[in-house]
Amino acid sequence: MRVTLTVNGRRHQADDVWEGESLLYVLRERLGLPGSKNACEQGECGSCTVRLDDVPVCSCLVAAGQAQDRDVVTVEGLADPGTGLAPVQQAFLDAGAVQCGFCTPGLLVATDDLLRHCPQPTDADIREALSGNLCRCTGYEKILDAVRLAAARSGETAGER
Amino acid sequence: MTAEPTRGPRRLTRAPRAAQGVGVSVARPDGTLKVTGEFAYASDMWHEDMLWGHTLRSPHAHARVLSIDIAAALAVPGVYAVLTHDDLPTSQTRYGLECLDTPVLADGVVRHHGEPVALVAADHPETARRAAARIAVDYEPLPVVHDEATALADDAPVLHPHRDDHHAPHVRHPNIVHRQPVRRGDPDAAAARADVIVTGTYTVGMQDQAFLGPESGLAVPAEDGGVDLYVATQWLHSDLRQIAPVLGLPEDKVRMTLSGVGGAFGGREDLSMQIHGCLLALRTGKPVKMVYDRFQSFFGHVHRHPATLWYEHGATREGLLTHMRCRIVLDGGAYASSSPAVVGNAASLSAGPYVVDHVDIEALALYTNNPPCGAMRGFGAVQACFAYESQMDKLAAELGLDPVEFRRRNAMSQGSRLPTGQVVDAPAPVAELLRRVKALPLPPERQWETAGAAPDVRALPGGLSNTTHGEGVVRGVGYAVGIKNVGFSEGFDDYSTARVRLEVAGGEPVATVHTAAAEVGQGGVTVQAQIVRTELGVQQVTIQPADTRVGSAGSTSASRQTYMTGGAVRHTCEAIRERVLALGRARFGGTHPAWEHAELLLEDGKVVTEAGEVLAALADVLDGQAIDIEQEFRHRPTQPFDRMTGQGFGHVQYSFAAHRAVVEVDTELGLVKVVELACAQDVGKAVNPQAVAGQIQGGTVQGLGLAVMEEILVGPDAKVRNPSFTDYLIPTILDTPTLPVDILELADHHAPYGLRGAGEAPTLSSTPAVVSAIRAATGRALTRVPVRPEHITDTP
Repeated sequence: MRVTLTVNGRRHQADDVWEGESLLYVLRERLGLPGSKNACEQGECGSCTVRLDDVPVCSCLVAAGQAQDRDVVTVEGLADPGTGLAPVQQAFLDAGAVQCGFCTPGLLVATDDLLRHCPQPTDADIREALSGNLCRCTGYEKILDAVRLAAARSGETAGER
Repeated sequence: MTAEPTRGPRRLTRAPRAAQGVGVSVARPDGTLKVTGEFAYASDMWHEDMLWGHTLRSPHAHARVLSIDIAAALAVPGVYAVLTHDDLPTSQTRYGLECLDTPVLADGVVRHHGEPVALVAADHPETARRAAARIAVDYEPLPVVHDEATALADDAPVLHPHRDDHHAPHVRHPNIVHRQPVRRGDPDAAAARADVIVTGTYTVGMQDQAFLGPESGLAVPAEDGGVDLYVATQWLHSDLRQIAPVLGLPEDKVRMTLSGVGGAFGGREDLSMQIHGCLLALRTGKPVKMVYDRFQSFFGHVHRHPATLWYEHGATREGLLTHMRCRIVLDGGAYASSSPAVVGNAASLSAGPYVVDHVDIEALALYTNNPPCGAMRGFGAVQACFAYESQMDKLAAELGLDPVEFRRRNAMSQGSRLPTGQVVDAPAPVAELLRRVKALPLPPERQWETAGAAPDVRALPGGLSNTTHGEGVVRGVGYAVGIKNVGFSEGFDDYSTARVRLEVAGGEPVATVHTAAAEVGQGGVTVQAQIVRTELGVQQVTIQPADTRVGSAGSTSASRQTYMTGGAVRHTCEAIRERVLALGRARFGGTHPAWEHAELLLEDGKVVTEAGEVLAALADVLDGQAIDIEQEFRHRPTQPFDRMTGQGFGHVQYSFAAHRAVVEVDTELGLVKVVELACAQDVGKAVNPQAVAGQIQGGTVQGLGLAVMEEILVGPDAKVRNPSFTDYLIPTILDTPTLPVDILELADHHAPYGLRGAGEAPTLSSTPAVVSAIRAATGRALTRVPVRPEHITDTP
């Protein structure tokens, strides 16, 4: 089948898609966007998190056909080509929240979504919002640091405005 | 304390200064690619015209393979090849880390659930999966051995009847992989002097590394008949040594390049898809990509050895240990993997970081039909630490002593002797680490309470399941400390190789580093560049991709890569500095008397004296020349343990960490909330403090996982029950507490910069500290990890 969708603001078309393929497979193997990761294919680990029409989803659990004519944002779409890394990306680097980095794309999309809805989260809010994203390297402490840092920096920017 | 070079051409009294050098929390060079999604992991490899490989695995734990019919699979459109044992190209059809006992594809018998039986290459991964399902394998199930009693019975099926490994002549039953006793002093006489004796039997479940990036690689056939393999691994050259012979190729025709690695923790020390991918690529003449899904991954790598540990300790009324006896039985599963080395570790470290002069120790690993077990972070020391720390708590309680005070009285220190007779000749701040975690303020109680509002259930055991609002919740605090060896032990020729090139480009001195060290997430690439900046005074450092065109770096395991490949980079930089200074003397020697002075440094792109006086710019000294050197670096040699007594200088270096756990337990439902898990660790020198803290926190949480949730469940039929992230639980951010870290830097003068391998020690003491805290909260004995709710509530 043919699937047409918008990814990171660009129209894409994938042909010869097998009906059982996931959105994750189409992104990674057909559209050349391997940033979203496949670590469990069961919706347990969150490594494949993308925004689908502004809702974070595990793209491994979305059939490719369900994404027809919809709007997808992946980790590749977080950075602004004009201004460089997104604040959440920079915060993850500065806080040391990246080790192997396999969980990072999913965590960045989930964090970005959290801060859109809750710009100044408490620690409990952060833990709840990111509880669908497994990380095996960091023990999560520096991920919390990164989210706090991104929130604090956006608070400062908001204060300046 | 200051770290001194031990292998430099001479002693410098002042270390070179460098921005972004050793001791600074420098950012990862691969960090930007990892946050933008551009970093190429092994599973992201792509090649024009590539096929997808798939592995058919055994549904039985022990069975004879009577026949395999591949016709229906081959007939599936899109399938390019189906391979079985009969298709292997040479007479060498087995591989292994220490013993060549693992068949590339089942050769008439399968010995564990999930053993590879056949391979398929097809144009779509789903096509390959469906074709594999059409391979008809006729199995005749055989009786399984799944524990010590069944494995060592007189009439037990012998899993490897034709063993020719070097341990085989020394074991009393062929289903024992390796056995290591350690005997010292006179435990019988010492036991007679004990005022209290405590015994216990402890059990450790099978833990999985659960790295997030599943096994993956891309094999590309080459025109010369060889193959190029891009793969996520921990040790390229060890892979190469195992891959080439079974492909029937010389090693120089198997060219390996490390692709992005999504975590490892020991689980990539053994081969997974490497040989399979190459076989399919060589057969089809097309590039073949293999990417395991999580189910395949659970079967595709070894796990942490489950263990049963019996311990006896005695102590005097004054709280001093008299003796220790223990017996540690590790389940090695169907193939040896690194079981012999795990046995050596478990035996030699079984007494923990304590002074105990009279010991009788036995550790052994079994062959069973359970999943093969091998390397996982902590490597034999984790299992022992849970047992000896449980014993320490039990002894302290028996003596009416505070558990930290009891440990302090028996803590080893520099100059102490281990049960192996080895003297600890570097700082061993065991008591100090415990003191530090104990001195931390305790987290506030009842943090779930909110002013006037409903309790925040996220801070309670059971969390958002909303199972309690504080009723039945009891707090407990527990402590533990552990000892881990660093580097490869027992006489292994452990080395790393680094090639460094120094040249001037665009008027600036630049350095390029080439090693085969596997960056698995730990930040090896970061510290290599830091070391070059410190040693050569160069800001621009490029780290080349790791591959087999340079000498072996050894394994990214045993907490060794900063020590060993960091040491190799430093060692090579010293040779480069000598060459620079020789060039400088030849060119400018007459211009300043300091050129003849022995102590010159490279800083900020210049040759300077120890006092900081600039003699020449590197660009002028090099004058268009490049200096390019490859060198090996070795740590001091170790010795094998004596087969009968376990005596010997077996380990290179020791690493120590201590934890304090604070837990809150819903005693009615048996649910545990870890509130805080604090760690103090001596790292000798924190080459990159932020990365070191990340290692400590990551290791700590893997220990928490083993304490309360992580276990591969294997039935008496030796079949795996839970090979998925739905059923094998690792800690989420909601399961994880605050993780305060206190880093000590007491230099080990045998090591580069005085550093101490840091990655594993925090995984040891975390588990027993958490369990100790649960015991304190509940009064339950809790002799098994992971602790399950029913162990707390005592309900069947």
